[in-house]
Parts: sequence; C-alpha cells; structure tokens
Amino acid sequence: MTRTVAREVLLTLVVSALLIWILPMLIGTYTLTVLVIYGMLGLSLGLIWGFGGILCFGQAAFFGLGAYTYAIAAINIGESTLPMLLAVAVPAVFAALLGAMMFYGRLGDVYLGVITLVVTLILFKFVNSTAGPQYAIGNARLGGFNGIPGFQTLNVPGDPGAYIWGDPYFYVCAVALVIVFLLVTWLLRSSFGRVAVGIRENETRMGLMGYDVAARKTVLFAIGAAIAGLAGALFANWAEIVTPNLFSLGQSAEIIIWCIVGGLGTRIGPILGAAGLAYLKFLLGQQSLIDNTLITGLILVLFVLFLPRGLAPAVAALIRAVFGRAGRKPDLRRMRRVRHG
Amino acid sequence: MDLSFVILVEILYAVASLVLISAGLAVVFGMMKVINLAHGEFMMMGGYVTITAVGLGVNVFVAMLVIAPLIVGLIGLVVERLVIRHLYGRLVDTMLATWGLSLVFIGLATMIFGNTTTGISTPIPGFAVGAYQINGYNFFIIVVSVLLVAGMYAVLRGTRGGLIARGTMQRADMAAALGYSPDRIYMATFFCGSALSGLAGAVLAPLVGLVPTSGGAYIAKAFITVIAGGPALIAGLVSSAASFGVVSQIFTFAMSPVIGEVALLVAAVILLRAMPQGITARLFRGKL
Repeated sequence: MTRTVAREVLLTLVVSALLIWILPMLIGTYTLTVLVIYGMLGLSLGLIWGFGGILCFGQAAFFGLGAYTYAIAAINIGESTLPMLLAVAVPAVFAALLGAMMFYGRLGDVYLGVITLVVTLILFKFVNSTAGPQYAIGNARLGGFNGIPGFQTLNVPGDPGAYIWGDPYFYVCAVALVIVFLLVTWLLRSSFGRVAVGIRENETRMGLMGYDVAARKTVLFAIGAAIAGLAGALFANWAEIVTPNLFSLGQSAEIIIWCIVGGLGTRIGPILGAAGLAYLKFLLGQQSLIDNTLITGLILVLFVLFLPRGLAPAVAALIRAVFGRAGRKPDLRRMRRVRHG
Repeated sequence: MDLSFVILVEILYAVASLVLISAGLAVVFGMMKVINLAHGEFMMMGGYVTITAVGLGVNVFVAMLVIAPLIVGLIGLVVERLVIRHLYGRLVDTMLATWGLSLVFIGLATMIFGNTTTGISTPIPGFAVGAYQINGYNFFIIVVSVLLVAGMYAVLRGTRGGLIARGTMQRADMAAALGYSPDRIYMATFFCGSALSGLAGAVLAPLVGLVPTSGGAYIAKAFITVIAGGPALIAGLVSSAASFGVVSQIFTFAMSPVIGEVALLVAAVILLRAMPQGITARLFRGKL
C-alpha cells in the first residue's frame, strides 16, 4: 500500500516536472498559465462530481468568489499573502453554508443542480448591478459590469514590492496545481475519500452504515469550492482584472464540459479536459470562419451521445485493449454510478 | 387608485410572462422528464423567426402565433430525433446534451443574425390611466397566457390525445402494451413543448431586444418555476408563477428591477428548501 503510494507520488512529480520543463518550449507561458489555472478549476469540479457524485452547476460561483475576494482584499490590504488565503477560505465557507442547506435538506440531484445554478445567477446579477459608488468594500469599488482592475498582484510573501509575474508566475501556478493534485490524491486515498466514493455509489447504504452523509458531502463540497477559489485567485492575478463574467452561466457550463470531455471519476481527466478545451478555444478564437460557441456545443453533444465516460477512461480502456493482459483489470465498479448519483 | 390599478396590471403581467416562459418547459420537463436546458434557445429562435417573418411582410400576429410555434416545433422535432430520443430516462445526460444544444443554437444564431440586437416594435399602443402610462402589449401577454393555460388544460383533460400522452408519460410500457407507440407519443409531445417555447419567445420578442444569447435570460426563471411547481403540470405552473411573480414585482416596486430578480431567485431557493418536491407535492395534490 504505502509503496504504491510512494511510487504514484514519485511518478506524478516526475511527469509534472517534465511537463513544466517541456511545455513552455511549445506554448507561450502566458497562455500556459491560464491553461494550468483552468486545469485546477476542472479538478475542483472533477473532485466533487466524479468522486462525490455532487453535480454542481455553480462551480463558477466559487471561482468568481475566489477571484473577487482576492481582488477586494488585495486592494484593501496591499499585499498578496493574506488575500490568497482569504480567496481560498471565503468560497469554502460560502460553499459549506450552501452545501449544509442543500444536503441537510436532502435535495435530490436535479434540484441540487438548479439551486447551484440559481445561486450563481444571483451572484452574477448582483455583481453586475454594483456599478454605483455606494457599492464598495473598504477601498475597493465593486464596479459592476466593468469589474475591478488595478489591484496588487502576487508578490513574494513579506515583500510587497517583489511582484511575481511572467515566467515565474507560470511556475508558481504549475507547482500550485501539482500540490493541489497531490492533496486530492491523498484525500481520495484517505478514509474520507473512500467514504465519499461510497456515498457516490449508494447514499442510503452509507447512511445505514452509520456515516453522516450530509456532513461528509458538505465538507467535500467545501473542499471543491476551496480549490475553485484558489483557481479564481490565481486567475485574478493572471488577468489583472476581475469581471462578473467569472460568475456567468457560460463559465459554469464550460467547467462541466471540461469534466465530461476529460472523464469523470479520474483525477487527471478534468485537468486535461480543461487545459485541452481551453487551448482549443484559444486556437479557434484565432479564426472567424465558424463560431466558437457552436463547436463547444457540438463537442458536448457528441461526447454525451458517443463517449459519455469521457476521454481519459476511454483512452485507458483502449490502452488496456491494445496491451492485452499486461495492464490491471478494469475496475468496473468505479465509474458505474458516477453520473446518476 | 390609479397607482393600485397599475400595480395590479404589472403583477398580473409578471405572473403571465412567467407562465408563458415556463409553459413549454412544463411540458418537456414536467411531463417528459427531459431537462431541456436549450429551452431558452427555443424561445430565442421563436423570436428570430417572428422578426424574420415580419421582415418578409407577414402580419405580426400571424408570425407570432402561427409561424413561430410551427417552425420552432419542427426544429424541436429534429432535435428530438437526432439527440433527445437516445437519452430518455438519463436525466443528467439530457441536461448536458441540451446544454450543448443550446450552445450550438447560440453559435448558429450568431453566425446567421450576427451579434447585434434586433427587434420589432410592439404592435399594440399604450394608453393612459390617470397619470400613468400602461403598455397595451402587457394586456395582450396576459390574455395569451390565460388562453394558453386554458388550452393546455382542455387538451390534456378533454382530448383523447392528451389522455394518451399523460398515460404514456406515466407508464410507457403499459401504453405500448395497449397498442400506442411511446416513441411517436414522445416525439409529438416534444414537438408541442418546443412549439410552446417558440410561441413564448415570439410573443415576448417585441418587448425585448433580441441577441443570440437572449435565451439565457429565461432559462433559470423557467426552471425554477417548473421545479417549484412540482408534479402537477398546470396547477403547479400557475401556482408557482403566481408566487414568484408577486414576489418579484413587490421587490421591483419597493427597490429596483435587479433586486426584484434577485428576490425571485432567493424566493426560489427558500421555497425549494422548504418544499423539495415542489408546491403541488404538498398543496393541490392530485390536480392536473
């Protein structure tokens, strides 16, 4: 057990180190940074949806909340360490409250989706309408649809003058993603993660076995939100502006698409889905022949119809088929019920 | 006196437009259990069909009440055959597939009509009540939605087709055993649902400027209205539209339209938390 864990951690570190070394030679670090951030955002939903069975339509709410928290705190504090921590904590607390309300109310799948969607919309509508000068938190004016520009970006902790930007910022984000990935791995290996998967498979059974299902789902939901909030704060640093579009339905939709395309029930799938589709969008944005949204939509429809389990499991199955018995036996139970609670 | 009349009309109008927005979804989601996230885009297409038809010289009422529902219904039919019918019973998958479809429709509309706002003027003039000006078109919307609900009730309650449709949605295998084809009935019901969405989009089009992404404005409202309504189709639709319409209008009058919208959404969250199965699961049980 511990040996396989050590091997997996080592493998993750080696592969990610190789990727962090090689990728900047292929794609500019400015683009790569946002791909890494989106990867983290995809991972946040992949964790709660793929392993917890919680389909959250409002992951963008936590992303936006993280970004706004960072921006507002950075303007008021003028240093980036505490705002970064707040950007993780605020969405987590918000999600814990929202999750407690939903999970202790025993809301079903669809209702959960709708409530998270509605909460995202409320935030979007509210932030969008805060253009007036009366909407301010400390020194930070919320700015409505114009967003908040001009806040302090990431600096070396303790030295507000030493900004981290450009290539070093890419390395910071990439390392952050690797750390989050390892933490998620650790979480899923722990008994908490195993119980979460058990709840995904059969909520009633886990409840009857004596686990507090609602509490565990709430905690998992909050952890997902914390990761999304971190991604939001990193995004705010990258874009150097936060706008209400972070909360939009389109953003929420995209996160779900990333997870579907990459593959649910895997850790790496949502990251690859996010980075891959975001890069595809970037490439598509350079042509004006076919509308961008159209292609995103087509991808989603085709995946739901033909590859409902996503790329990563499909590729894994293909590799197993090609290499015959060399691989491990497919873990059938793992994915069966992910999508339907 | 004048003010209270104006407020009453505004509240009725808010309720009526909620009914209109949600009627198509009530059929597709409430009856068929297909989570149609492309509902707003069906409405958007209804609006574009109307504007295009009016541009070609068709009478605006014919365009709104006949052409738009027909064409959007046909589009819905194609969508059902190509995508939806593979996904019946897979709730989450229909949700994702229709979300994809909505993106496809937005993309197509952007390519065809461009990303600018288009619109037509309201065909009914306003009139004055005391010191206030009332939009005459609001009355038209109230009348249309009353007729719509009455029509839906008549069809589902009174006709053989409505009975067969309701029966099939409850027990498709039993309907099949009695010699009806569930496949066709699902198809026809989806057609009706999309046609209703098209009608709603067409009727609301003169009030709002249309952009390809207009659908997004309706989708959340439609969903919470239908879900908060609960299992009974028409009683649920009317009761939840009434509660949300009143709440949002009161807050709109007291504070601002944005607060009104937010109040509607907050009311929905509270209502769903209190009655997770919707209003008609607790009140008006056993009604249609």
